[in-house]
Amino acid sequence: MAKVLVVTSGKGGVGKTTSTAALGAALAQSGESVVVIDFDVGLRNLDLVMGAERRVVFDLINVVQGVAKLQQALIRDKRLENLWLLPASQTRDKDALTDEGVGRIIAELRTKFDWILCDSPAGIERGAMLAMRYADEAVIVTNPEVSSVRDSDRIIGMLDSKTVKAEQGERVTKHVLITRYDPARAARGEMLSIDDILEILATPLLGIIPESQDVLRASNVGSPVTLNNAASAPARAYVDAARRLMGETIEMTVPAERRGLMNRLLGRRAA
Amino acid sequence: MTMNLLRLFRGRNASAPVARERLQILLAHERGLRGQPDLLATLREEILAVVSKHIQLDPEKVTVRLDRGPVVSTLEVDIEVPNGFEHEVRAGRRVGAA
Repeated sequence: MAKVLVVTSGKGGVGKTTSTAALGAALAQSGESVVVIDFDVGLRNLDLVMGAERRVVFDLINVVQGVAKLQQALIRDKRLENLWLLPASQTRDKDALTDEGVGRIIAELRTKFDWILCDSPAGIERGAMLAMRYADEAVIVTNPEVSSVRDSDRIIGMLDSKTVKAEQGERVTKHVLITRYDPARAARGEMLSIDDILEILATPLLGIIPESQDVLRASNVGSPVTLNNAASAPARAYVDAARRLMGETIEMTVPAERRGLMNRLLGRRAA
Repeated sequence: MTMNLLRLFRGRNASAPVARERLQILLAHERGLRGQPDLLATLREEILAVVSKHIQLDPEKVTVRLDRGPVVSTLEVDIEVPNGFEHEVRAGRRVGAA
């Protein structure tokens, strides 16, 4: 049965788009059929992170308005044949996205895919509300930093009240994904620890993505980090998180960078 | 005591416990307010509305200070009222009545 998963956070810049692309690619690599949808109308970026920016013809709003058929707007990934992208529109008219229209598209996608990943815009306005509206599950992307944790708490409150599931008296299954985590700084007490965040948000943990240069490197070349450098620490953390989404039980660790001998001798930090 | 020991082990830069404590206080407050109108914000707006019925308010002469604490919160509305304002109001009324 298809699952609709929203990747959300409230706060901007914490890694929603990176995480959507990485989790989508990791799920697709495990053989699941996956579509990732960009809900950030006016500021689309998932196409760029996925490396499909030059192949966008139609977008989500065209489909909502009936200008294009869903099949015409879906872009197939060049690396994985069971990974698809539904890009956001660059038009500034956010009101073009309607509750009813999004519901219709999600219902149609449910018949075609195993996973529907909705990349939410930042904030708590219309776009963010519609991205979570039809979700069965939610990944709340959180940085170990006070403003991000506060916004995550707010989003958790909305997931419990504003979604279709919540209105039907059911619950959206929620997971916290901690990104940009620096184990050394957390150990020195300079950064909120995993336990602190989980205790405050009272939501189960999906994974811990370490702070890493590989994330920027992957977005520079337009490839989900799980595909760009599968051996890197963030890629391994995302693959573990994707497997947990599929129901596997995997021990929770913070994958470390594999540092070369020269780097160790020179004492270079793998940040 | 435990806190001090921890600090000794972790070094003096351990700001994470402060972050944690601030978040816990703030979120306990925000969760309680969720879905309800913000009482203090309503009070502030209504107080200013009442005052501006009688005095022409200069926005730069109004200071609103809010301090949300774990047990009680305080709202301070400091309005600078020019001397002789009563006179102005009366004069205004007379004009209005004429």
